[in-house]
Amino acid sequence: MQPIPIQAVPVLLSSFVASVHAGFPSPAADHCQKRVDLNEHLIRNKEATFLFRVRGDSMTGIGIYEGDTLLVDRSIDPRHNAIVLAVLNNEFAIKRLYRRGGVVKLIAENPIYPPIQIKQGEELSIWGVVTFNLHKLY
Amino acid sequence: MSVQSKPTQQLALIDCNNFYVSCERLFRPDLAGKPVVVLSNNDGCVVSRSNEAKEIGIKMGQPWFQAKALAEEHNILALSSNYALYADLSNRVMNLLAEFSPRHEVYSIDECFVDLTGMAELRSISYAMRERVMRWTGIPVCVGIGPTKTLAKLANFIAKKHPRSKGVFNYNALTDTQKIKLLSRIPVDEVWGVGRKLAPRLAEYGIQNVHELREAHTPTLRSEFGVVVEKIQRELQEVACVAMEEVTPPRKQIIASRSFGNPVHDVASLKAAVALFVETACAKLRAQQSHAAMLQVFLHTNRFRSELPQYHPVMAVPLITPTDSSLIVNRWAGLLIDQLWRPEYAYKKAGVMLSEITPNTQRQNDLFVESEPAEESKLMAVLDRVNQRFGRGVVRISSQDAGEEWGMRQERKSPAYTTSWVELPSAVA
Repeated sequence: MQPIPIQAVPVLLSSFVASVHAGFPSPAADHCQKRVDLNEHLIRNKEATFLFRVRGDSMTGIGIYEGDTLLVDRSIDPRHNAIVLAVLNNEFAIKRLYRRGGVVKLIAENPIYPPIQIKQGEELSIWGVVTFNLHKLY
Repeated sequence: MSVQSKPTQQLALIDCNNFYVSCERLFRPDLAGKPVVVLSNNDGCVVSRSNEAKEIGIKMGQPWFQAKALAEEHNILALSSNYALYADLSNRVMNLLAEFSPRHEVYSIDECFVDLTGMAELRSISYAMRERVMRWTGIPVCVGIGPTKTLAKLANFIAKKHPRSKGVFNYNALTDTQKIKLLSRIPVDEVWGVGRKLAPRLAEYGIQNVHELREAHTPTLRSEFGVVVEKIQRELQEVACVAMEEVTPPRKQIIASRSFGNPVHDVASLKAAVALFVETACAKLRAQQSHAAMLQVFLHTNRFRSELPQYHPVMAVPLITPTDSSLIVNRWAGLLIDQLWRPEYAYKKAGVMLSEITPNTQRQNDLFVESEPAEESKLMAVLDRVNQRFGRGVVRISSQDAGEEWGMRQERKSPAYTTSWVELPSAVA
């Protein structure tokens, strides 16, 4: 018996939502009638998501300003490059997390603030990962 | 002929450690490792203590005016209770625990039973529950596993007490000899439903530790202490027979709940049933001359019909102005039912729990208006009669709604970090 090779050809699935205008409307289209719920889209884990208000200007380079509201998810792994809510000297701090080759740094997104290097023996705890920024525009 | 014995139940009790203090610490990293206590309504009594505060000698339930001197001497931080925060974090913890088993039952604002019977790798599930609650909500919990609720509760007590357990203790994993050794070391008042009142009376019968209660002469136990204590004994003998309502410590929380004769589907019938439970619970509250500051509502589908979809939701809400009014509580209960109800389930049971109960006297001590508790309850009794005759809610006492004006004393309250848009915690960028 010959083994049949599994082909690594991707199968393309097109997805379109109720864009066919022929015949009777499909009952499956019903779910499109519900107005978009921001909670569904902004919060991936509602039990682990908390809101924080921003003070300070060290993250303006990526558009996080004083008075903005951040969504912070505690269940996400704080990876290299993530924007995190860290606990530094018993205070909540928003920074970019740098984790490479045993080096851990908290990086500001504003050139006037130098990176904060976490030295050996110093404890840094990451409270959660920032997933969205709500910035008021009017 | 072979008799197949029923497999041992693996009931886990998950209990949040120093729950209110842990909630406060989540948004105050500077409080880690420091002695902290949380006070009841009106800053009356100590209702939650950090381990550091326990070590200093602050007692649970101690009136604040008594504890104050010691607290000041040791720099203990005292916070007013922030029920909005505690209710939200409780709801998060309970929702995420529900994902571990279709069979779970909330016992209080910070305790939940999860049935893990038939699951492999109990140890790793237990540690996973602990880890996930900590990771997602920041609340430390302990897990105790046993064949009955009473023994699960006892196992949880051991998990809390002994650091070696790393927060998880499984009674079912012990040999018979180990069980005897363990139970002999635990004083009888640690058993769920026994408490400090019963313990001295049990001692007169030579029952001082849990092992002695387990082995005591059952007919004597029943005739001297009643059916509840007999049931506790059966539970210690690994026969499950206690419903949660039966062993609720008096005054700490009031549960009113019942199974329905026929499954209930629609939201209106559920609300009608729950309104009755609210009535019962609030009447009890009034009989105790107390107010409650926290309400929990729970629903259950039929857990014995495992072929049907299961759903056991619970939700807590703070009664910002502590109340004994069925009307106010019912309004909240209705809102909670709206949140919890899903059309696709058949409900077998529902219930309400009132907690954070303080006596009226304590509440009124701090009011400017002199008012006799007896007078007020007389008024309530009249009100109950009027309403009985002319229909519920015809007459209301203005104080039920005017509570805010009185202004509860909450000098040390933390912000409503998770429930108010203007009180969100801030972070420095």
